[in-house]
Amino acid sequence: MMRRFLSALASPQVIALVGVLLINWLLFPNFFRITWQDGRLFGSVIDVLNRGAPVAILAIGMVGVIATKGVDLSVGAVMAMAGAVAATMVVAGYPAPVAVAAALTVGLLCGLWNGFLVAVLDIQPIVATLVLMVAGRGIAQLITEGFIVTFNDPLLIFIGTGSFLGLPMAAVIAICLLILVTLLVRRTALGLFIEAVGVNRAAASLAGIRSRMLLFLVYGLSGLCAAIAGIIVAGDIRGADANNAGLWLELDAILAVVIGGTSLLGGRFSVPLAVVGAIIIQAMNTGILVSGFPPEFNLIVKAALIFLVLIIQSPMASRLVPTRLMTREGSK
Amino acid sequence: MSIVTKLALAAGLATALSTAAFAQDISGKVIGFSQIGSESGWRAAETSVTRQEAEARGVDLKFADAQQKQENQIKAIRGFIAQGVDAILVAPVVATGWDEVLAEAKEAEIPVVLLDRGVDASEDLYMTAVMSDQVLEGRVAGEWLVNTVGTEECKVVELQGTVGSSPAISRKQGFEEAIAGHDNISIIRSQTGDFTRSKGKEVMEGFIKAENGGADICAVYAHNDDMAVGAIQAIKDAGLKPGTDILVVSIDAVPDIFTAIAAGEANATVELTPNMAGPAFDALGAYWANGTEPEKFIITESKLYTAEDDPAGEYERRKGLGY
Repeated sequence: MMRRFLSALASPQVIALVGVLLINWLLFPNFFRITWQDGRLFGSVIDVLNRGAPVAILAIGMVGVIATKGVDLSVGAVMAMAGAVAATMVVAGYPAPVAVAAALTVGLLCGLWNGFLVAVLDIQPIVATLVLMVAGRGIAQLITEGFIVTFNDPLLIFIGTGSFLGLPMAAVIAICLLILVTLLVRRTALGLFIEAVGVNRAAASLAGIRSRMLLFLVYGLSGLCAAIAGIIVAGDIRGADANNAGLWLELDAILAVVIGGTSLLGGRFSVPLAVVGAIIIQAMNTGILVSGFPPEFNLIVKAALIFLVLIIQSPMASRLVPTRLMTREGSK
Repeated sequence: MSIVTKLALAAGLATALSTAAFAQDISGKVIGFSQIGSESGWRAAETSVTRQEAEARGVDLKFADAQQKQENQIKAIRGFIAQGVDAILVAPVVATGWDEVLAEAKEAEIPVVLLDRGVDASEDLYMTAVMSDQVLEGRVAGEWLVNTVGTEECKVVELQGTVGSSPAISRKQGFEEAIAGHDNISIIRSQTGDFTRSKGKEVMEGFIKAENGGADICAVYAHNDDMAVGAIQAIKDAGLKPGTDILVVSIDAVPDIFTAIAAGEANATVELTPNMAGPAFDALGAYWANGTEPEKFIITESKLYTAEDDPAGEYERRKGLGY
């Protein structure tokens, strides 16, 4: 156990994260300063956790999908839909728990729909989820009728901006999900099944794994995670912005999963490292904000850093570092 | 389906009204309007205001929604020409590729008025273009700040629109022009918030951390109201008072910013009026009445709204427009 923990610390992802944080610290010396204000922690590092949470949550759902050699492009649109459902329902006078449950149900149904297209109709995942990526945002706009639906519901706002034990609620939710899903896939055989389906679905089925069921499960989880992220994002700005909520976040989530060392070819995945990937991305974003670069450089700086991170964790780099601890952590 | 119903409704309404006949040269005229689509709240408001303005003048407005596609707009314009409308309004989705269809309208002697955006075509192909001056919008916002802070030291953070977009470039330029020569005002940080609430909030959070917990920031200038609304929440989360500790000035005048102004959390907004059609109808009316050729570019007013301009009432007036 200890050994595994240490090897995780030595993984290229964690090294990259430390590197990005160090760069931030060099550019902005107060980066690690945390103060206690209004009953919660306040500082740039807390911002990284808070702002990184939605993508981290998406990545937790996405990692299972990608491990089955799939991809879920619809998560950004599902976020918009879930936010739209929650917001319009509380505005229409439904109690907040009902609205949240409805939004989560919508997310789950969207995920199951993707699962149906992939598992039953055998449509390639990138195409199958593209359908909902396009249609979902349209549906969200229909739900909100093109307005930004604003609300003052205390529960929804708490989910988006509240704090628990001083930590932002979004980060708390992400951490809970991370622990839950990690235990689910690593303390049961589920993770192995997912990997088996990702390596070879036909072989896995012949070996007795109900791969169709499993695909429904991973896509359903991805939809559910997207809905959670969507509620957080809506609660954060106290409104459902169907045009912009979750826009392009599917790509950030995929990037987070890839940075986390999960293979796009399926069969090898790590949930915690995907979350580290999401935190790396957000640490870069926050770093750019506090460093004072002109906005024209945002994308170039981000691209350069991602390039570096990917080089650090490329097979070539891990061959240069001879320790076995550096590799294959994700496989078991 | 919905477009057909809307068209039928608009046509029906307009016919009913035109029999009531305003003593105006524009009353009873048939005018085609090719709208881009409804990609933003402002665009939706422009459509509803255009309908209202047409109705008030007894104009029979033929509405065509292009759903963001130029080929749909060209088709709609050709349709209007075939129907023999009296004039055509176009909010062009892109700047290029209009020469041919505009020449066809000219040949049919139908005046064309561009709304809100210009085109790269010979100026004699259209009668006039009604547009806002985005540089002026930035300048009005900047002048408000200059007048408000007087000679006090003021460090401004700027939330830019999408990098490279024309409103972002022009509104930045206008603001900088207004504060030039006032050495007490300086822009200390400038980042893009992509015109959205959530990015506006996130960027403002970063600015506050970077500037001594917000204590060093005197004002935030946002290129649109949505980013300002996000920034206001970030300021509140940091334990500061928006509107007092940090002044908030932005552009667009959407309904939600008036709620913030009424609550004292925002200070000023510059209107990007959705009423582009009113001046267009007026120009057409004058042209038909006595042949007055309008100016090639009609610039709409960039009006400043502050807490003194009945923000609660402005909110009520705007909330039904589709923003």
